[in-house]
Amino acid sequence: MIEIKDVTKIYKTGDVEFQALYGVSFTIRDGEFVAIMGPSGSGKSTLMHILGCLDTPTSGTYFLDGKNVASLDDDALADIRKEKIGFVFQQFNLLPRTTVLRNVSLPLVYASVRGDERNKKVEKALFSAGFDRSHFLHHSNQLSGGQIQRVAIARALVNNPSLILADEPTGNLDTKTRTARL
Amino acid sequence: MTFADLFHETIAALSANKVRTGLTMLGIIIGIASVISMVSIGEGAKKSIEGSIQGLGSNLLTVMPGVVQPGRAVVSAGRGSSQTLKNTDAEALRDIQGISAISPELNRRFQITAPTTGFNTNSTVIGAEPDYALVRNLITDNGSFITAPHLRGLGRVAVLGPTAATDLFGEEDPVGQSVRINKMNFTVIGTLQKKGSAGFFNPDDMIFVPLSTMQKLLSGDDYLSTIAVSVTDKDMMPIVQQEITALLAERHRVDLESPDFSVISQADILGTLTQVTTTFTLFLASIASISLLVGGIGIMNMMLTTVTERTREIGLRKAIGAKRRDINLQFLAEAVMLTFTGGLIGILLGWLVAFGVTKLGIVQTSVSLSSILLAFGVSGAIGIIFGYYPARRASNLSPIEALRYE
Ligand SMILES: Nc1ncnc2c1ncn2[C@@H]1O[C@H](COP(=O)(O)OP(=O)(O)OP(=O)(O)O)[C@@H](O)[C@H]1O
Ligand SMILES: [Mg+2]
Repeated sequence: MIEIKDVTKIYKTGDVEFQALYGVSFTIRDGEFVAIMGPSGSGKSTLMHILGCLDTPTSGTYFLDGKNVASLDDDALADIRKEKIGFVFQQFNLLPRTTVLRNVSLPLVYASVRGDERNKKVEKALFSAGFDRSHFLHHSNQLSGGQIQRVAIARALVNNPSLILADEPTGNLDTKTRTARL
Repeated sequence: MTFADLFHETIAALSANKVRTGLTMLGIIIGIASVISMVSIGEGAKKSIEGSIQGLGSNLLTVMPGVVQPGRAVVSAGRGSSQTLKNTDAEALRDIQGISAISPELNRRFQITAPTTGFNTNSTVIGAEPDYALVRNLITDNGSFITAPHLRGLGRVAVLGPTAATDLFGEEDPVGQSVRINKMNFTVIGTLQKKGSAGFFNPDDMIFVPLSTMQKLLSGDDYLSTIAVSVTDKDMMPIVQQEITALLAERHRVDLESPDFSVISQADILGTLTQVTTTFTLFLASIASISLLVGGIGIMNMMLTTVTERTREIGLRKAIGAKRRDINLQFLAEAVMLTFTGGLIGILLGWLVAFGVTKLGIVQTSVSLSSILLAFGVSGAIGIIFGYYPARRASNLSPIEALRYE
């Protein structure tokens, strides 16, 4: 369950301040599938980053599964990102010079999932993202645009997170941004 | 994160830019190799000096005129002080308990020629008694050393050190031939076995004549330049040294505090030389340490560069659940792997250099475990210290800040 209240975000670059979010409040219950829409530059990514515990709001509160995210330290946030959240970045952010397989394994490396279990999960995620084995050992720079996107999705799904945050995962205009809670 | 994963990540990161990794490692390799080889040269010099001092004669005390500090020149040689030791002083010493042999000596440099070959050399001629060979650990190779009859009869006989023998006679056997010292003919009665230099005293290129002949015929004085005393037991050395000092001070009517002679023990000489070689080793080591430091700065530079370059990667790792510790660990592992691999190769190389220097006969070397441990410890510390700082800086960034980094 996600509850946010009066969340604002002000970016400061030197002396210049830019407010990207003006008091956002909403609740998303478990199992809900929510899409956030808005024009370019309206603050969707900013909001997603806050929901994904990657960034902190300037003011307002964010409760994730009843826990106030602002009260958590760096390690606890890392644990949440690792165990609960699968994030698909708008820029995908694959590791350069790294194979598809390793890119998708990475969340499991930090979650200490090893051996057969790791292999199984990685394969499952990659198959469900539409890859066959022949692409497993391709490096990030040997992939097509769509394939990069699918690797990013497979990486977000691999550890069965309860919250999947996808920032324009399909890149098409009618589904701007989706938040899916499985 | 498991060890296997950490290892995998480290290898992948280091092999991503092989040239840079190689060059950084080269800095450490050169640093460590130079520390190890330099220290081994210093240690080797120390050992060979100690060895040759021991070879000068066991339990040796040397009485010299003037105030001499071992390893340095004569400090105070007041008027006539170089003539303070007489034959009677040497005789008087024979009454002291714990002395096994006494060798009064008088040294002078002379031009020496061998009329049969026409060769000549400028060398130290030592007027010696039969006990000289015993006290100074000399062994005749051929013929005999000076004997008591030679001494009594002012025998015009000479014994040649091996270098002096080849200088004068080449490959010929010198025994039985004659040499001219100060325009006087001497018959060669023996040659000595090769002994090697003890740094400041090399018996190999010296020539020995009976002490009486030296004093009466060659130099014309009856003073001594040295009295070498062999002590029966190592533990007796300090006592005998004191007794000699007391006895001679009394005979010369001088104050014990400001004697006109010096009694030097092997331990004194060894101590001073050890001090000199230790300084020498330290000097070499400090030069080598500078290159190790430069290597360390190379590592730090590389770590800073990679951390900066890989800030986005760090952001991504944090975004998918890496903790600060994981990031720190990863960069630390890279730095440590770099220094340890470099360290191992450096140790091997340093050891090879030391081995080569010995094999080529340049100087004796001795690779000590402590220098290996020191170099390895230093390189490890460099890796940890220099790797830790950039890693910490990177792991403290928030994931989004790091991902936005350009
Ligand atoms: N780090 C930052 N510093 C300053 N301004 C920022 C920063 N990040 C975002 N902004 C600004 O905040 C606003 C919202 O950005 P955001 O990325 O959330 O938009 P978006 O809704 O995701 O747009 P798009 O649909 O194009 O992805 C933009 O005007 C952007 O310029
Ligand atoms: Mg966006």
